Amino acid sequence: MTKAPILNVSGLAKRFGKVVALQSASLSVAPGEVHALMGANGAGKSTLVKVLTGALRGDGGTILLNGEERSFRSPREAREGGIVSVYQDPALVPDLSIRDNFRVAGVDFDKGRPWFAKFGLDRLDPGMRAGDLPLAKLRMIDLARALASDPLILLLDEITASLSADLAELAFRAVRRWRDMGRSIIFISHRLAEISSICDRATVLRDGRTVGVIDPAAGHETDIVNLMLGRATDGLDDRPSDPSEMKPLNATNHMEVRGLSVGYRLRDVSFALRAGEVLGVAALEGQGQHELFECLSGLRAPDSGRILRQSRPVAFRHPADAIDAGIVLVPADRTEALLPHRSVRENVTLPDIRKVGSWAKLSLVADRTRAVRATAELEVDTRAESEVRQLSGGNQQKVVIARWIASGFEVLLCYDPTRGIDVGTKRQIYTLLRKMAAGGASVLLYTSELAEIRIACDRALVMFGGQIVGEVPASRADEAELLQMAHGIVSTHGTPAS
Amino acid sequence: MSPIPNKHRDMLSTDRQVVAVPRNQAILAVVLRYRTAPLLPAVLVALFGLAALIHPSFGAFDVQSLALVALPLALAAVAQTAVVIGGGIDLSVGSLMAVSNVLAARSMQGASLSETCLLAVAVVVVGTACGALNGLIIIASGVPDVVVTLTTGFIWGGVALLILNQPGGGAPEEFVALGAGQLWPWIPNALLLLLAVVFFIWLPISRTRLFLGIYAVGSDRTAAFRSGVDVVRSVAASYAIGGLFCALGGLFLVMTTGIGSPLGSAHYTLSSIAAIVLGGVSLTGGRGQVFGPVLGAYILSFIPAILIFFEIDPNYGEVIQGGLIVGIVMAAGSLKLKGRSIQ
Repeated sequence: MTKAPILNVSGLAKRFGKVVALQSASLSVAPGEVHALMGANGAGKSTLVKVLTGALRGDGGTILLNGEERSFRSPREAREGGIVSVYQDPALVPDLSIRDNFRVAGVDFDKGRPWFAKFGLDRLDPGMRAGDLPLAKLRMIDLARALASDPLILLLDEITASLSADLAELAFRAVRRWRDMGRSIIFISHRLAEISSICDRATVLRDGRTVGVIDPAAGHETDIVNLMLGRATDGLDDRPSDPSEMKPLNATNHMEVRGLSVGYRLRDVSFALRAGEVLGVAALEGQGQHELFECLSGLRAPDSGRILRQSRPVAFRHPADAIDAGIVLVPADRTEALLPHRSVRENVTLPDIRKVGSWAKLSLVADRTRAVRATAELEVDTRAESEVRQLSGGNQQKVVIARWIASGFEVLLCYDPTRGIDVGTKRQIYTLLRKMAAGGASVLLYTSELAEIRIACDRALVMFGGQIVGEVPASRADEAELLQMAHGIVSTHGTPAS
Repeated sequence: MSPIPNKHRDMLSTDRQVVAVPRNQAILAVVLRYRTAPLLPAVLVALFGLAALIHPSFGAFDVQSLALVALPLALAAVAQTAVVIGGGIDLSVGSLMAVSNVLAARSMQGASLSETCLLAVAVVVVGTACGALNGLIIIASGVPDVVVTLTTGFIWGGVALLILNQPGGGAPEEFVALGAGQLWPWIPNALLLLLAVVFFIWLPISRTRLFLGIYAVGSDRTAAFRSGVDVVRSVAASYAIGGLFCALGGLFLVMTTGIGSPLGSAHYTLSSIAAIVLGGVSLTGGRGQVFGPVLGAYILSFIPAILIFFEIDPNYGEVIQGGLIVGIVMAAGSLKLKGRSIQ
């Protein structure tokens, strides 16, 4: 990299009250490179991104864009200055048409057309309301819009999260093409495999500082993780707990599902969840897993089929019914489960208020004790415990799990619990799931990252088109195998579900 | 990553359009999208029919008086539409109309027609500025729009009384005739004025990128912000546009009543909300057009007349308006819940 960097950030600092989010972050992006920005949750990655894109203003340090010192007061100024970003949740306005979404951002729609064609969106009616399109398409449109605005720096923040493999590949192709045109991309992802396959260099942040700039090519994963965590860890791929493989098959069933169907989304799904196992669900986006979890957690009534707990049929009309039956949910979106403005204690003990009469006095001391015990067990970083929204995403997810540990459960439903969470916390969460299973509970785990099935689960069900198309033991659940089955391609190794 | 054969590609996407939606759900989707708006012309025609049926002498005079009553309300509704599309609400609409109304009536009394026109422009500028002030206070203070506009509503109400402490004032006859007259029988000037305002003021404004930003901010503030929309400017602009139409409403009140009245406009606040709800503007922002609220204003103005025809106390009109708001908002809410199961 001998060319002058197009973006040069140095000594960037940002504090929120007493909390120091960035102390001295630096970042240098050359023309024609895909540059990864990495760091565990709380490392200051998202603060850096927000300062770069004008959503926040830095307290110190300089941003040189094309050799000129810049500071952006709003995303609009950043856009005009040449930094355009695409986020995990697309920045498209739901009530505007696709065309108007281009217009509102000041981007010529016709410039987006070539990218639409590359993303297989050319038959899309530009008059369609953005809110009527599925998330995956919105993200591709958002990407097309960003590319069409011809930015100096394209910033991609977790854009492949819950994107199906083929769409992710299309996005990568666009990124590579853009790079080959001599443009620069800042790429943020929690998936190491993606980063090593697409990025030229990586800047690693820890505790608000830049701790290194490295080559993220395959084989360096351990180094990267060590740099991110600031301590030596073992490789990512081995199971966090002892691989005492198969659970005894005669273990009691904690839950049984028979012929569960929801419209065309979920069709005749049957399986049993044994005591003491972590059962994985592997599927691409939108294959019925969402509906399955909704039915099991009492968020939605199935059109047909039954759920059995300890061989007795149960029907949930409300999530409270499922909780009473010992089935609890950890959703992907933490904000669905937490009261963001309330304390960690209140969030942890929330389910218990139902056990107390409406006018009875809450025992805050007992609450406190249980909350502290549960959060300590999960190593929740409770520096900001008075308001859950101030915790990092990973810690918020731990609060959700702590809640259920404190109130007790038999079946834990985890719907993509590690979405957008750093590797270190991910590991902790999976270790925890294994520990709970070892304690006799059952866990049903859907994860959008197929590689994690083998790490966390005992066996896995593969869903495709609303049906269970196969079951594999964890020992054989490698990514390639699962991916094939999840695409509905009949595997030669997997045992088809009966 | 293994390449995916083409035939699987379609199955991977969770396209809603790919799957045939049952007919009743399709209807529900249309209702959710456009709400009550497609029904309104039919309702209005039915009301005319009903009026003609029970009141055989119903004619040009009644149309004229309906248009006179509906004109200021329609302006209030248009003002409220601009604000609500931007995701806010303006509870000072009635008082701001009162301020413009008394300001105009007091200053125009005895003025020449050309002076009157200049004064009218000045009143519109003042109204727009007051609206913008609403928006700026909301943004700068972070206090909810309901609280801010309720408060400024009291302030404007007091200011109106300071300008004119009792109904009075006036305007040149030609100016009054502009609104109160009738160009042709059956075609009241009040209707023509309203159409002129909608076509020559609202529509051009609503097609600017600024107004697109207002729609965007009302629909999803975060997405709009990230798309590069200037949220502060958009919110301020939505209230300023609201203020502009309030001022026009106050001016038209001078035309339709011939005087200024400091207390006569308070009810326009609630009625403007009733009209936009009836007109299919989403109270949560981001959705709505101008024609629904205008038709809604006409329908609401018709209700007291119909009540009189039926020899019912016209004061029930307020009860009906309030009931309509609650009813329609509740229906929209329950439809939305049903709609969620489609998605």
